[in-house]
Amino acid sequence: MTTTERNPISALFQRLTHSPLWPILVLAYMAFVTYEVTQAPRSLFWRVFFLIGFLLIFAMPQPMWLKLTYAGVVTLLLVPLIGLQNPFLLELGFQICVFGTLALGLNLVVGFAGLLDLGYIAFYAVGAYLWAFFGSQQLWNLYTVAGTAQAHVGFPLNPNLFWLFLILGTGAAALMGIALGTPVLRLRGDYLAIVTLGFGEVIRVLASNLSKPINLTNGPQGITPIQRPDLPLVLISPEFLDRLTSLAGRVIGLGDIYSFFFYLLALVILVVTIVIARRLEDSKLGRAWTAIREDEVAAIAMGIPLVRSKLAAFAIGASFSGAMGVVFAANRTFVSPETFSLTSSISVLVMVILGGLGSIPGAVVGAAVVTLLNIDFLQTLSLELSRLRQGAELIPLIGMPWSQLPSQLDPARYQRLVFGIILVLMMIFRPEGIIPSQRRKMEIHEREANDGQSVK
Amino acid sequence: MHLPRTNALQAVLRPLGQLLLFVLGGSVIISLIVILAAYLLRGSRQDMDLVQITFVLLPQVLIDGITLGFVYATIALGYTMVYGVLEFINFAHGEIFMFGAFAGVELMIFMSNQGYFDGIGDLMAYSYVLLSILAGMLVAGLLAISVERVAYRPLRAAPRLVPLISAIGVSFFLQDAMRFIQSSVHGDFYRSYPTFGPFTERVTFFSVDLNGRAIDITIQNKSIIMIIVAIVMLAGLNYLVNGTKIGKAIRAVAQDQRTASLMGINVNAIIAITFLIGGALGGAAGVLYAFKFTRVDPFMGFLPGLKAFTAAVLGGIGNITGAMLGGIVLGLLESFAASYLSIFTNGAFGAEYKDIFAFIILIGILIFKPSGLLGQTVSQKA
Repeated sequence: MTTTERNPISALFQRLTHSPLWPILVLAYMAFVTYEVTQAPRSLFWRVFFLIGFLLIFAMPQPMWLKLTYAGVVTLLLVPLIGLQNPFLLELGFQICVFGTLALGLNLVVGFAGLLDLGYIAFYAVGAYLWAFFGSQQLWNLYTVAGTAQAHVGFPLNPNLFWLFLILGTGAAALMGIALGTPVLRLRGDYLAIVTLGFGEVIRVLASNLSKPINLTNGPQGITPIQRPDLPLVLISPEFLDRLTSLAGRVIGLGDIYSFFFYLLALVILVVTIVIARRLEDSKLGRAWTAIREDEVAAIAMGIPLVRSKLAAFAIGASFSGAMGVVFAANRTFVSPETFSLTSSISVLVMVILGGLGSIPGAVVGAAVVTLLNIDFLQTLSLELSRLRQGAELIPLIGMPWSQLPSQLDPARYQRLVFGIILVLMMIFRPEGIIPSQRRKMEIHEREANDGQSVK
Repeated sequence: MHLPRTNALQAVLRPLGQLLLFVLGGSVIISLIVILAAYLLRGSRQDMDLVQITFVLLPQVLIDGITLGFVYATIALGYTMVYGVLEFINFAHGEIFMFGAFAGVELMIFMSNQGYFDGIGDLMAYSYVLLSILAGMLVAGLLAISVERVAYRPLRAAPRLVPLISAIGVSFFLQDAMRFIQSSVHGDFYRSYPTFGPFTERVTFFSVDLNGRAIDITIQNKSIIMIIVAIVMLAGLNYLVNGTKIGKAIRAVAQDQRTASLMGINVNAIIAITFLIGGALGGAAGVLYAFKFTRVDPFMGFLPGLKAFTAAVLGGIGNITGAMLGGIVLGLLESFAASYLSIFTNGAFGAEYKDIFAFIILIGILIFKPSGLLGQTVSQKA
């Protein structure tokens, strides 16, 4: 379809979005949605519209500085403002930033370099356990049996070493990435997937069993408490807290300030990650990845250093999640092997696939959608269901009372079902994702179009 | 599937001979290694004689390992069949195994509730077990075909990663689907294979004397049945692939789909049959697994599936004999690791590391001999 044949409505829409009126409309939309969210803090409906606002801002055809200003205002001003009233939103924002970073890291490995990694969460675990070990009292409990340690007063290390460990965690994960990458360099895609999956499982099994002979990880119970870095004195002064309390209409404590702090920290890391990924995409290294992904043999023939490029992909991808692991350990003050299961690895993969392999905005949007699904939508559904179970109403169509529904049927526990359906449907109907990267889209469909080898 | 063409009788007998050789050879080698290790580490423990305890445990560990090995071999065949034909790892095979197990267990529970097992004779008990295996094979085979039709066939022309991701999706979906079915019907998702008949009885081989205490070396009736059923299925599969027309067609499709279709072979049908066979074997293995370990749950397929895949790679993926070999080796290794690791390391590393063993072996093989023990070096297809 050429531009001249475009139908009048879409032409009108085109003109509208390019006119100066559009930013104002977006602004009005955001203001309206923000108002609605503050009016109904528990409503999932308005939360989703609030998040759609981000997409609107991202898709604005206006210059970059305007979009950045908008995004800055929303993330730095509006979200904390709503978060004052409803702390769940800050938690949601924090998790979206965390998983956005993870998805970007995995996207680098799977999307850019074409190496399917099913054990990606292991690098996150490396970062998390690094700070969990050094930031807790575990150093004093090395020779005690897991679960029998006495509570100590104080911690062996200064909490502000967190910032150092943020960097160390990044480096440790990168090293792990290289350690995993080196032996598996020769493997083809599907073998690689299984080996990385095995690697992820090995890390998880180690985490839950390295409580003996030396108690490094405290076994399946996990490590707690873990220190958080000190906050600037201004933020935790009583006058400031009082002012916030009067503003929010509920008591604001240290926990809320920490939620805000971690949200901000995760956001900063996410932004840094996006910038790095963007810069990498069109760099020499990024092009080397594309070449390797599309045809390894040809890439070698063109003089691309295969080993170095692949290892770089593993290392850089891993380092993102290592940093987030450290942040996660501090935020939760608790780390246990359960968090790093295969389901988590696959859920990050689902984010990347949903958003679009090789697409940077796609990874972030995918992360937002899956996180929303995980901690918001399914939970809301579960709550709704358990509310219905209390009542005497009948299920429409079947005529069975809700109360007879087995309590095992809890939607929040059926993540795997949802992920499975998403993966299969995406692969069949839209393998390039919601926001496809142009190159990847062409690649996927080109092969379909002229693959003469297989029989349809 | 790179097997030489043979006549039907040879096709059945040859792999059986090979299998026997693997079992004996594998057992002897691994036993020797452990005994050697026991002699070397003799001084490390004061409280017991390491060599003596190694010898006492050895026969039981071998029997358990071989039993487990046959289960892995049977599952591994499903991976290897599909890989041989499509060059594609059927990630959902572990879940097909799980569905087969549930089908067999549900049937037996149903029959148990109907009173079929009250005071039955031995012969009837054996035929009921056979019935449950057949039920598992049927359900798993049909499921495998449907999965292929829905989730893999539309993606046959897509780049390699696409069907693999779809398979991961199917695997996740099937796990929770079974959990959903079970928990909406029963309220929870664990089921157990009912106990009946003479299967928990043990056949005693001989006794060993440990400090005046006699320890019987026994094998459960269950294990004997498992081994026999597994051997029959492996022989049957070999006959099917090497001695029948369908087998010839499967081999042709594995070699070259396009040429096979030009020769008048219905490629789609042959691929479906391959999935049917692989799925049925997986289902049978599932029921055997449930029969031996009693309890089934929706997530039971993950680890055996992964280990069976390791077995298939170990033997050279795409190679039927190799899958059996790999299964036996892996079963033995796991059984030995579970029994001896904690004794040898004085409790520092226990049986909980046995699952890691499979992965370490897998990574080792892929690094040093990616084509596996019996596989041929294949050039990379894009």
